[in-house]
Amino acid sequence: MLEIRNLHAGVEGRDILKGVDLTINAGEVHAVMGPNGSGKSTLAAILAGREGYDVRQGEVLYNGVDLLEMDPEERAREGVFLAFQYPVEIPGVNSTYFLKAALNEIRKHKGLPELDAMEFLSLVKEKMKILELREDFLKRPVNAGFSGGEKKRNEIFQMAVLEPKLAILDETDSGLDIDALKTVAEGVNRLKKPDNAQLIITHYQRLLNYIVPDVVHVLFDGRIVRSGTRELALELEEKGYDWIVKHEAVPA
Amino acid sequence: MSTATETIEGFVKQEYKYGFYTDVEADSAPPGLNEDIVRLISRKKNEPEFLLEWRLKAFRHWQTMTEPHWPKVKYPPIDFQKICYYSAPKKRGDGPKSLDEVDPKLLETYEKLGIPLRERERLAGVAVDAVFDSVSVGTTFKETLAAKGIIFCSFSEAVHEHPELVRKYLGTVVPYTDNFYASLNSAVFSDGSFCYIPKGVRCPMELSTYFRINAANTGQFERTLIIADEGSHVSYLEGCTAPMRDENQLHAAVVELISLDRAEIKYSTVQNWYPGDEQGRGGIFNFVTKRGVCKGRNSKISWTQVETGSAITWKYPSVILQGDNSAGEFYSVALTNNYQQADTGTKMIHIGKNTRSTIVSKGISAGHGQNSYRGLVKIQKSAENSRNFSQCDSLLLGDKCGAHTFPYIEVKNTTSSVEHEATTSKIGEDQIFYCNQRGLATQDAVNLIVNGFCKEVFKELPMEFAVEAQKLLGVSLEGSVG
Repeated sequence: MLEIRNLHAGVEGRDILKGVDLTINAGEVHAVMGPNGSGKSTLAAILAGREGYDVRQGEVLYNGVDLLEMDPEERAREGVFLAFQYPVEIPGVNSTYFLKAALNEIRKHKGLPELDAMEFLSLVKEKMKILELREDFLKRPVNAGFSGGEKKRNEIFQMAVLEPKLAILDETDSGLDIDALKTVAEGVNRLKKPDNAQLIITHYQRLLNYIVPDVVHVLFDGRIVRSGTRELALELEEKGYDWIVKHEAVPA
Repeated sequence: MSTATETIEGFVKQEYKYGFYTDVEADSAPPGLNEDIVRLISRKKNEPEFLLEWRLKAFRHWQTMTEPHWPKVKYPPIDFQKICYYSAPKKRGDGPKSLDEVDPKLLETYEKLGIPLRERERLAGVAVDAVFDSVSVGTTFKETLAAKGIIFCSFSEAVHEHPELVRKYLGTVVPYTDNFYASLNSAVFSDGSFCYIPKGVRCPMELSTYFRINAANTGQFERTLIIADEGSHVSYLEGCTAPMRDENQLHAAVVELISLDRAEIKYSTVQNWYPGDEQGRGGIFNFVTKRGVCKGRNSKISWTQVETGSAITWKYPSVILQGDNSAGEFYSVALTNNYQQADTGTKMIHIGKNTRSTIVSKGISAGHGQNSYRGLVKIQKSAENSRNFSQCDSLLLGDKCGAHTFPYIEVKNTTSSVEHEATTSKIGEDQIFYCNQRGLATQDAVNLIVNGFCKEVFKELPMEFAVEAQKLLGVSLEGSVG
């Protein structure tokens, strides 16, 4: 589904990604872990198409198509979803209206009929149960005045409604208490299907107690220095990122 | 810079759709202003003596006044002797008795503007008075309204048919000494709409006036007077457009509203005068005095305005809350793009006991636009237990525009309460990206955000105007869901 080949990228002349290779197949859950400044969020931003990053080398194929050539909204309509590390507040714009507009754009793109207000509302109520959201949530403006936990839950709720093919979760666990973390993780797990994939970006191992990845990658200084199973994450937790630093000199 | 910012800046740069000119023979006064011109206007309109006297008093007073410079707007000095103060499409014979006799070219003009006046095509549920340059060219649904005792006609007609009402109320809310432009208007006003709703009558349809400036180098000085008698109710709409020209044109109108015991007037404006081009050339100077008086107990006046046009807008639709328990409202969306400037807001003058006022102002600035909210809330000693709530929000698109807020508050008793809230926000690239990432194109994202910002005001507009207002802002209707 996603093939990243030798990706070099940076911001304002600074190199951040220095040759990332990563392949994700449908049905798989991958985790990318790494210390602060290793390039995790840059990777997420480039995949979603945020402006301000220069890709200097390499390519990203999404279902065989050059992802980097597509506008951010095209990527979204093709099924790429980014759960933001810092979800943006949009005062005045009603959450329900926002999400309905988004879903209908995606449906239009797929050649499906747009949902009317009633159909949309019944879909949304279904999905809200997964995230244990209260109904008044729908009446509030997008993320405005939400607590950190509510914002993160809202991201996963949007993911549940939009049903992406490739979901990228950028530090979704940061700022969540343990109960919220469980709810969010459970939501993500329920959305896993044989034909979609998830890329979990995280600093800590704890999210991976609830979302079990098929592959764990360690991103360090702009390169994936190690890939393995879930045990790698546990080992990393135990030994710390220093352990990787020491071994980084040794070719994997 | 980035594409998102470019799109934000380009978003309101839609071409002005109403910039055409209608070639009709005009009967115009020579440019310049003196007592003879005032007399000429009065004579052309065959006015009674009292009105000519009133005009002359206004003119003499105007000569002693100087232009106000306190608004936060900049423009080259206006040469009042270069403006033509009267222009009317040449009449065939005695002038139209009914719409069938109106010059087809004029009817076509209004059709092009989306305001059909002919019987079979009229807008359902809306009676229209069409004002072209200095005169009213026709009023629809007059007979239907007359059956209920409602008078809705051009100002000139009211002067002849109902002189007692005109004499009783003209200048009682905005006296001819009020301010520079109101005095000028009082001296040279040519036409406008007049409306009287009798006791206990609920006006069965929206009344509206559609103002069109056509002739070049002409000022438009219309005057509107609306009287809602005891227990009556009326909703009135006003729309404006003008051809595209490189020179600035002056529009100095006066609107007076009088609401008696338990009466209610709802006055809505969608102002789309030609705003000038992208470099700021041309456009209308919209210097307008609008004021209503809640004269009676439990009366109400509500102003709603959507201001998207004009090179400069300078207006403060106000309410004098004289009757006990009366209520005043002001809902405004003002958009300035390119080099447009707006200094607009309201005045709420509380005199009666238990009076309430609400102010919701939304300013949107784009391009090099400058948008100021200026408002006065004055609670006099007599206005015990009065309340005011004001909310002024500004939205910036791009980084070359400006938003300013000048609230003035005077409270002279201890039983009243005044609240003022203000916010300034900017459509950020991170907001646009967030919307993009959910599948929305940048244009749609901007529309969504702008529309969400204006929602509180749009919901106050009558249906037909809400649609027009949204089209004007290039946004689609939000809020039909949820």
